[in-house]
Amino acid sequence: MSEALMDVRPKRKTTDWLKPHRIVLIVIGLAIVLASIFLMRWDWLPQYMPLALQGIWRTIWLLVVTSILGISLAIPLGLAQAAGPAWLAAPAKTFCTVIRGTPLLLQLWLLYYGLGSLFPQFPWIRDSFLWPYLRQAWPYGVLSLTLSYAGYEGEVMRGAFAGVPRGQLEAARAFGMSRVTIFRRIWLKQALHRALPTLAGETVLQLKATPLVATITMVDIYAVASRVRQDLFVTYEPLLLLAAVYMAITGVIVFLFRKLEARIPTRIG
Amino acid sequence: MTAGAQASMATAARAQADSVPAEAIHVENLHKKFGELHVLKGVSLSARDGEVVAIIGGSGSGKSTLLRCINCLENPTSGVIRVNGEEIRLKADSHGNSVPADRRQIERIRSRLGMVFQSFNLWSHMTLLENVVEVPIHVLGVRRDEAVATAEALLDRVGLADKRDVYPAFLSGGQQQRAAIARALAIQPRVMLFDEPTSALDPELVGEVLKVIGDLAREGRTMVLVTHEMKFAREVASHVVYLSNGLVEEEGPPEQLFGAPKSERLKQFLRNVG
Repeated sequence: MSEALMDVRPKRKTTDWLKPHRIVLIVIGLAIVLASIFLMRWDWLPQYMPLALQGIWRTIWLLVVTSILGISLAIPLGLAQAAGPAWLAAPAKTFCTVIRGTPLLLQLWLLYYGLGSLFPQFPWIRDSFLWPYLRQAWPYGVLSLTLSYAGYEGEVMRGAFAGVPRGQLEAARAFGMSRVTIFRRIWLKQALHRALPTLAGETVLQLKATPLVATITMVDIYAVASRVRQDLFVTYEPLLLLAAVYMAITGVIVFLFRKLEARIPTRIG
Repeated sequence: MTAGAQASMATAARAQADSVPAEAIHVENLHKKFGELHVLKGVSLSARDGEVVAIIGGSGSGKSTLLRCINCLENPTSGVIRVNGEEIRLKADSHGNSVPADRRQIERIRSRLGMVFQSFNLWSHMTLLENVVEVPIHVLGVRRDEAVATAEALLDRVGLADKRDVYPAFLSGGQQQRAAIARALAIQPRVMLFDEPTSALDPELVGEVLKVIGDLAREGRTMVLVTHEMKFAREVASHVVYLSNGLVEEEGPPEQLFGAPKSERLKQFLRNVG
């Protein structure tokens, strides 16, 4: 039988790779990059660089924090739907349906303008240690992005949990594993591995949902680009930079998920 | 466990078998219903230490269900199951089925029964070595280095020492089933349970698995084996049970069952499979 590992591909030599059509494409690509560097207006960049870096950092931590919190919520949400009793499955399903059925912008504004304006009416909240945080915008951004990710991924995890073959769990039961051990050692690991390709795509979508927080005064990288346009009436250059930043982050996300997937080699064919 | 230790254990088991072998598995008047379907209609079964009990029968006769009831992978509807003299405590759940009353007890009993499945069921996200050390480390609390040493010896024994870091999907069915046997042996089981271990294999891979199981039988391990391989059952079994329609139709030593079957159904069955 063939033992073709997915991660073992014949290594290509550079000379094989450098075909005429590729050379042409590289030249065109370089020309576009050089043209946008020299023919467009970038004099604002040094001035806005610190703000831009801060914005990139804010976008990245927003993505990382909400994805991690979101998946931690999505796991119980998926498990409740896949294997839980009806009184747990029903609310989990309702939550996922509501979150997936309404626009993220709406959820964000409901939390920020709705909940956020409700809190100051209660003196005990204003006196609590949480108030310095609750009067800022970012907790609402984190909360709504987390809930959104949890809603979508709850559905993904439901499918992933249900898709783990019965025999895998039965073998664990037959050897006397407790329910907690089965979940921790077998079920969750296999479900997550099955869900990884989908989660990679969903995390990229999550990245592209982050600019919405600019609408509630959080200064992420998107907000920085808007500010440049408002201050200097320079439109295309900041947007071009924005596109490059999002593409770079997407590349990193895809790369990291590929690494995670490759930890367990999959047989093809 | 080293090969030497296993051999001495086997000798001990045989010596014990000569005197008064204790009852490792005792099943009494077992009933199992799936809804309206009455699969087991009062089956009794006994396996003493060192005995190899083969369960044979046509498809749908309830032989796999019987085996799976022993470690409560299927909950029996009624009946008594004793493993090493300890009775599995059952209680009625809200649907009127019997379920294990004490989760700890059934988990402890299961952790000493080495189950081998028809479809192998090796954990697909672990290498062979990880599969074999999983239960010793995470259920039995064996130290990792000890568990790894045992697992390496067992994989070597089933001829898979060089495959220790390979994932199950990259192995043939025969190799997977041999690894599954190593996984079951790693818990130092009191009894090995085989559920049609060769039924999912390509014909040319059956032999390598039967050889491993045959070796285990010859070293005096207690085993309960559901099988379609009549020739093999005749060779290794010390006791054969023929199940038909959820009842024990006939049982006895293999020479008697295969050589001089009494019941008409068994004669018919042996003609059909032979």
